[in-house]
Amino acid sequence: MSVVNTLVRRELSGYFATPVAYVFIVIFLILSAAFTFQLGYFYERGQADLKPFFDFHPWMYLFLIPAVSMRLWAEERHTGSIELLLTLPVTLWQAVIGKFLAAWLFIGMALALTFPIWITVNYLGDPDNGVIFASYIGSWLMGGGFLAIGSCVSAATRSQVVAFIISICLCFVMLLAGHRLVLDFVSAGLPQWLVDAIASISFITHFESISKGVVDFRDLLFFGLLIGVFLYATTVVIEMKKAD
Amino acid sequence: MIKIENLTKSYGDLVAVKDISFTVSPGEVLGFLGPNGAGKSTTMKMIAGFLSPTEGSISVCGHDVESDPMAARRVIGYLPEGAPAYGEMTTSAFLRFVGELRGMDGSTLDARITEVVRQLNLARVLEQPIDTLSKGFKRRVGLAQAILHDPQVLILDEPTDGLDPNQKQEVRSLIQGMAKDKIIIISTHILEEVHAVCNRAIIISGGKLLADATPDALEARSRYHQAVTLVSPAAEQIAGTLKGVGEVSKVEVEGHQVTAFPKSGKQIFAQISTLITQHAWEVSEVQLERGRLDEVFRTITMQGGRS
Repeated sequence: MSVVNTLVRRELSGYFATPVAYVFIVIFLILSAAFTFQLGYFYERGQADLKPFFDFHPWMYLFLIPAVSMRLWAEERHTGSIELLLTLPVTLWQAVIGKFLAAWLFIGMALALTFPIWITVNYLGDPDNGVIFASYIGSWLMGGGFLAIGSCVSAATRSQVVAFIISICLCFVMLLAGHRLVLDFVSAGLPQWLVDAIASISFITHFESISKGVVDFRDLLFFGLLIGVFLYATTVVIEMKKAD
Repeated sequence: MIKIENLTKSYGDLVAVKDISFTVSPGEVLGFLGPNGAGKSTTMKMIAGFLSPTEGSISVCGHDVESDPMAARRVIGYLPEGAPAYGEMTTSAFLRFVGELRGMDGSTLDARITEVVRQLNLARVLEQPIDTLSKGFKRRVGLAQAILHDPQVLILDEPTDGLDPNQKQEVRSLIQGMAKDKIIIISTHILEEVHAVCNRAIIISGGKLLADATPDALEARSRYHQAVTLVSPAAEQIAGTLKGVGEVSKVEVEGHQVTAFPKSGKQIFAQISTLITQHAWEVSEVQLERGRLDEVFRTITMQGGRS
């Protein structure tokens, strides 16, 4: 455990040693405010909830999380420090989890810094804070899902730009899997169970059900499994691509 | 003790390391020689536990690198090629990070950091980000990281690459100072370095082990071994006379320089000295050659490449 702890602390201090962390947080906060008030009609709706705020999270994460995850392993491979890290008494799993946790905590920090909007809605009305809390958890879990996918893609290349673009594409597919656009398209030729399966891997479906305030075990399991599977895939990819 | 048996590493059809076996005992400083792409780094990466062998086994101080990797890694200090590090970290934060992952903490870690900082003269750059350091300092930070836990086994991939002559000398004496009870493997393509620090040399080319001997024994394989070289304006005339000497097998002239090669097992230095006085040759320099390592290196690796 102390190994993972050391790795997490190093990674986190790495974020804040460069402007990356500050740029990310500032852009995250500006975008979330802009979406909520301009596109989400926060005031005009006249309702005391944070739906307009959380509705845009999947779309914000689509671009912002690959920007965090792209460096996870691609940079390590580019500078060669992966060779140093993986010859220290550290298992591959510890390294993968340490890096993932650090990035996830960082996303959590950015998310926590949106607290003024929570204060605002409580000042203006009397929202259901349970639903808001559940939405924050759901948003963070969804962020973890995006991150795990990004971690796996990042392990496959030494170019951060390539990792960024491929992560966006993959995450986009995961996001839209439950959308009518995709489902109408696949339902024509595929058996119903497969269509259901495709619909059920959609991030939006699971995030929306959590952010209604219904914390269903199946939604938590979905994100948990997704993170687990993609972190496992990360270890496989690193092992495979070590030599080049 | 490092024991390597029938080590092979292949990538698809490409065989990078082919059936290499050798053992290294404490007190030995083993130099890995070979042209670029010969398999030196691949072999070192396998010993350090970064790459898995395709075939064969490696045991480090009794720990098998494949079946008990953590125990093996604990006794190894490794400097990868190019001395990679986390550039945004300061030297002191980086050393502390590596120390913590190696299970050190508190006053033990502080004492070890102080010690390696002194050994490698890093005090001046302790609070600077590694990215901003010169190549020489980066290399020394990499070395500091490798020796931080005072390992029994040191694997250094081109430890003096990019250092200036003074720094090279410092690193060499550091390695010599640690050599007594440790196993040290260094790779290099600077042949003089082999003489300066190694007491054993292995030549690898095309993934195969071609020679394993002391640097002196390697030099003895040179055709220059025991040859005598003279420098004189009358080179041609001297060469003519030397050709007539019974023990001399061959004479080569290059400008003002004459080199006489002895027949195998013969000594010709004394005889040539006498000739110089007898004929009163105007000679500015006389040298008994020990053998030329670069020539041996070339001969061995060229032959190895052909077979």
